[in-house]
Amino acid sequence: MQKESPIREPLILGNKSYHDITVDVAKPVLAKANKMWWIVFGISLVLFVWWILSVGYTIGTGIGVWGLNKTVGWAWDITNFVWWVGIGHAGTLISAVLLLFRQKWRLSINRSAEAMTIFAVVQAAMFPLIHMGRPWLGYFVFPIPNNFGSLWVNFNSPLLWDVFAISTYFSVSFVFWYVGLIPDFAMIRDKVNEKYWPLRKKIYSILSFGWSGKAKDWQRFEEVSLVLAGLATPLVFSVHSIVSFDFATSVIPGWHTTIFPPYFVAGAVFSGFAMVQTLLLVMRKVVGLEAYITIKHVEYMNIVIMLTGNLVGIAYLTELFMAWYSGVEFEQYAFLNRATGPYWWAYWSMMTCNVISPQLMWFKKLRTNIVFTFILALFVNVGMWFERFVIIVTSLHRDYLPSSWTMFSPTFVDIGIFVGSIGFFFVLFLLYSRTFPVIAQAELKTIVKSSSEQYKK
Amino acid sequence: MSKKVIYGIFDDEEVLLKSVKEVRSKDISIKEVYSPFPIHGLDHALGLERTRLAIAAFIYGVIGCAVAILMTYYIMILDWPQNIGGKPSFAYYLNMPAFVPIIFEMTVLFSAHLMVITYLFKSKLFPGQESSSPDPRTTDDKFLMEIESDDEKKISDLLKKTGATEINVKDIA
Repeated sequence: MQKESPIREPLILGNKSYHDITVDVAKPVLAKANKMWWIVFGISLVLFVWWILSVGYTIGTGIGVWGLNKTVGWAWDITNFVWWVGIGHAGTLISAVLLLFRQKWRLSINRSAEAMTIFAVVQAAMFPLIHMGRPWLGYFVFPIPNNFGSLWVNFNSPLLWDVFAISTYFSVSFVFWYVGLIPDFAMIRDKVNEKYWPLRKKIYSILSFGWSGKAKDWQRFEEVSLVLAGLATPLVFSVHSIVSFDFATSVIPGWHTTIFPPYFVAGAVFSGFAMVQTLLLVMRKVVGLEAYITIKHVEYMNIVIMLTGNLVGIAYLTELFMAWYSGVEFEQYAFLNRATGPYWWAYWSMMTCNVISPQLMWFKKLRTNIVFTFILALFVNVGMWFERFVIIVTSLHRDYLPSSWTMFSPTFVDIGIFVGSIGFFFVLFLLYSRTFPVIAQAELKTIVKSSSEQYKK
Repeated sequence: MSKKVIYGIFDDEEVLLKSVKEVRSKDISIKEVYSPFPIHGLDHALGLERTRLAIAAFIYGVIGCAVAILMTYYIMILDWPQNIGGKPSFAYYLNMPAFVPIIFEMTVLFSAHLMVITYLFKSKLFPGQESSSPDPRTTDDKFLMEIESDDEKKISDLLKKTGATEINVKDIA
């Protein structure tokens, strides 16, 4: 059995037996949704409809309906893409990196964090697809033999690396998530009363792949989880590094920087944890999981937010230093323009939200406060969106030729696709929270004896 | 005497683990153990061999790596060499650094997916499969040991003695 030092705080509160965990995890799936759920779901659904209309209009008319112009050829679409991909990173970090580091506190949150990853990557992938203008030709990005002669994709291009990175990331995260879900779907299958809910029983039977918990299956399960974690860990770091290559390999001042890969990865984890906080602080209340997602979990995540926030802060300062130290006039102007040019407000919102506000997490009182954490997480989400906006738009809007300098203003379609993608994300997440086991209950049961309150007495 | 299958149900994984060791030391073969979560040391106590899925994953990764190298070589060097950005594609080793991200991603892609497919195949898990657990409570909080024997009484007594809280017996038709 596992041994743990007695001074560690419990990860499961109350006198929870194995059966209690089963009941608590199965409850949101088997019970009826409360009013709060329907209200949030309704709002999300309205936003989702706005998304559908905006995307429909974009595809029907062309991407001229966006606010892009000749100078700013990339704006909200790529901002949103990078923002969503970044958010996705926390899920894999929690489930893979923390598994390798044997951090048991991940067990209460990894399922939802991974779900968030998958839904966030879905949102992210939509943006390049829509930006193609003709999304039905989207398969052109894959190296498939075609009838246009030897028309191959260009493997030297970071944009193609992105295709491979994002598709690998999405599919591997999905499989990792599903492998963990199988035993928990089996638990729900066995909880559903066939007499009242024959259809539900059938659906969970199919989803659980006939899992029965044999000793050999568990042995394989643990091995597969470990190897997948080992594979997913470099994957997390590679995906956002490759996303940063989209910018770093170009010759645009403000993009052409070697610190982009680590800077982007830190930013991704930062924004991802903020989104996990946003979702879980609400979910633990609505679904009644306070005993599993404790203040301790919130505090641990806040520490990660503080750490990665500081890494991001160091990256901002390094960028400024390198712009000055490089002696390159254009580089220097790009950064001066960011901080004092027409987009100064975006730059300083980014600085405030991402560097200054996480410093409050040094205070234990604040990082263990739920309301404060929730507000701060929202700040970080906003700040990280601004970071991408600042990097992309301020670097483009004043290029080498002052006669083509311009500003970017989004149209209602830009806004619709962005806000709508948040709605789409919440629709998926809310449906997930009502139909999936939101806590990896099978694995959580393994730490009851080492980390629950009753065994710590 | 007819052959019977005896199900010993336990409430606690540590008791089960002790019981498994006890039963095995009496040279009684355990057909299967069903549990709601992985039990540390159970595979060893049951004498299960180490799974070779990790080795399989490594081999799949090597295959993915090779496929990616061949693909980039064929497409970029052999089939249609181009001079992109002043970097002509005449020799693979000169261009290879630009393909490292692709090679890495393909390695992970092959390794992860083929390993999971192997796992599902070996454990006979697929949509439409029925659960083979004799008791649905084994996904909740019960641990079940399944033994096939002619001597029902001896096994039942042994299981009871080692901590089983419930014994169920079924005839094998």
